[in-house]
Amino acid sequence: MNRNLRRGYTSSFSLGLMYLLTVLALIPLGLVLWFTITQGFPSVIHSEFFLNVERPACEPTCPAVSQAGVAHAIVGTGILVGLASLMAVPIGILGGVFLAEYSKARWAGWVRLASDVLVGTPSIAIGLFAYTFFVVPFHHFSGYAGAIALAILMLPIVIRTTEGAVLLIPNGLRESGLALGLARWRVALQLILPGAAPGVITGALLAVARASGETAPLLFTSFGNPILVTNPNIAMQALPLTVFRYALLPYKSLQAQAWGAALVLVVLVLAINLMSRWVLRRQIRLAGQL
Amino acid sequence: MAAAVETRVITGRDSRPPDRFKSVVGVVAATAPAVLVLIILVLLQQAWPAIKQFGAGFLTGTDWNPVTNSFGALPAIFGTVSTSFMALVFAVPVGVAVAVVLAEQGQGTIRGIIGTGIELLAAIPSVVYGIWALYVLAPWAYLHLEVPISKHAIAIGWLADPAVRSLFSAALVLAIMILPTLTAISRDVIKAVPRGLKENAVALGATWWETMWKVILPTARPGIIGATILALGRALGETIAVTMVIGNNYQIPHSIFQPAYTLASVIANEFNEATGRIYTAALVELGLVLILVTLVVNIVALLLVRSVSGDARANA
Repeated sequence: MNRNLRRGYTSSFSLGLMYLLTVLALIPLGLVLWFTITQGFPSVIHSEFFLNVERPACEPTCPAVSQAGVAHAIVGTGILVGLASLMAVPIGILGGVFLAEYSKARWAGWVRLASDVLVGTPSIAIGLFAYTFFVVPFHHFSGYAGAIALAILMLPIVIRTTEGAVLLIPNGLRESGLALGLARWRVALQLILPGAAPGVITGALLAVARASGETAPLLFTSFGNPILVTNPNIAMQALPLTVFRYALLPYKSLQAQAWGAALVLVVLVLAINLMSRWVLRRQIRLAGQL
Repeated sequence: MAAAVETRVITGRDSRPPDRFKSVVGVVAATAPAVLVLIILVLLQQAWPAIKQFGAGFLTGTDWNPVTNSFGALPAIFGTVSTSFMALVFAVPVGVAVAVVLAEQGQGTIRGIIGTGIELLAAIPSVVYGIWALYVLAPWAYLHLEVPISKHAIAIGWLADPAVRSLFSAALVLAIMILPTLTAISRDVIKAVPRGLKENAVALGATWWETMWKVILPTARPGIIGATILALGRALGETIAVTMVIGNNYQIPHSIFQPAYTLASVIANEFNEATGRIYTAALVELGLVLILVTLVVNIVALLLVRSVSGDARANA
């Protein structure tokens, strides 16, 4: 009896320990959010922060309201991620359709493996690649080079989530389409893909969130630019670059800008993530009805 | 799960025209492997001057001097490998515990909250972890972990001389960043353990812990090892957050509380300023070493995870 009691205690103790470790795992999330919000808030409450571009450090006589802003970084991130999506999303969706529709094809295994490996490839190496291909030949940094680097990051995410979403569609739908004599491409693109749309959108959104926060691939490609530019053919600023460069400088006014930019980035990325979770839940409900 | 429909006619010759749709999407899908191969080839080509000049000595050299054009990667390799392994030591127990809770325990709502929290942890950009680690985590770890530990372990050389930016701070932030990868995949492989095994154990009178420790975790072990190796791959390649807290000092430190450097952060800091063919090539070769190591690590991990849970997601 004594021994059984001890076994019971051991079990309860371990269960408690597991929960304790779980709480421990969530503490960093809370701390990161808390510090980003409290440190970034004083910067983002001024509209100048969203309307102006960066200013040199103002120490030692800073104005009461900082005139510096990150408008150029927000516009830059928008253009870079937009261009990257234009490249990665269509290619990724077709690639995902291929993996799901022809899962036994000779290529499919290689595409799957390459996508999974590409997800884990260090983003700095992708930056080096884009630098060699799209900066060196043109002799200048450019938004296009940055967008291509981001597109390479996004591609495998879109491919694999699209594949997963298409595989959720019941085979019956595919078979009925084929039985009606529809061509294979019509079945895949006009019948199956619309049904899988919420899952596909989720994948694209997650890829956008990932790309918005990446710094390393942009360091040698879009490089950064202190003024607002909309032409992707020249160097461009992005939010992560602002955070990275300013955080390491010894000026309080610039560090405040870095925290502000970090807050904008966190809000953006978390909003996209929560939105994609909502879309995904709809997909699962939808798939249940088919 | 739905698989591809086999449309081949069962009897007689296949008289349908060739499936052009398949060729088109197949070619588009080939972008992924093509890009991967291209990246490696381009880095190899760019690193060639350094490979030719330094040979295998590049991997064992400890000098990094652009003025004398003498480059060795060992300190950076040491920094990358040691921070990643320390991060695993911190993260694996926590990650597996969370995975157990997510897979086996708790009410739906609690599980949902924990799961969402872990996923958001994965969503936070690296640079945000970097600025937080630089201003919050590293100073805190210095005051409350590094200094007391080194005071108590005064005789142990590799725990001496604490500094705010160090291998240890970098490993801490890495541990937080790889936790979601570890948790998501471990949860999937624990869930994939057949229910019958668990029911048998319970029927034999095993407690919850005995079922977990002696039945479920051993069955899921290859998958958990796979998840660990996959997380290792992420840690090896992480750039920005590490660059901000590791101290950027090109040396093999005598203590884990001393500043160091990693492969990725050397590239991030020096590539834009690099002048001269050999210097640039040496930096690219660091990238090549990094990408080849992560490639091997990732493939091993993926094979392990797939062997357990069929088709586990690498991007979970």
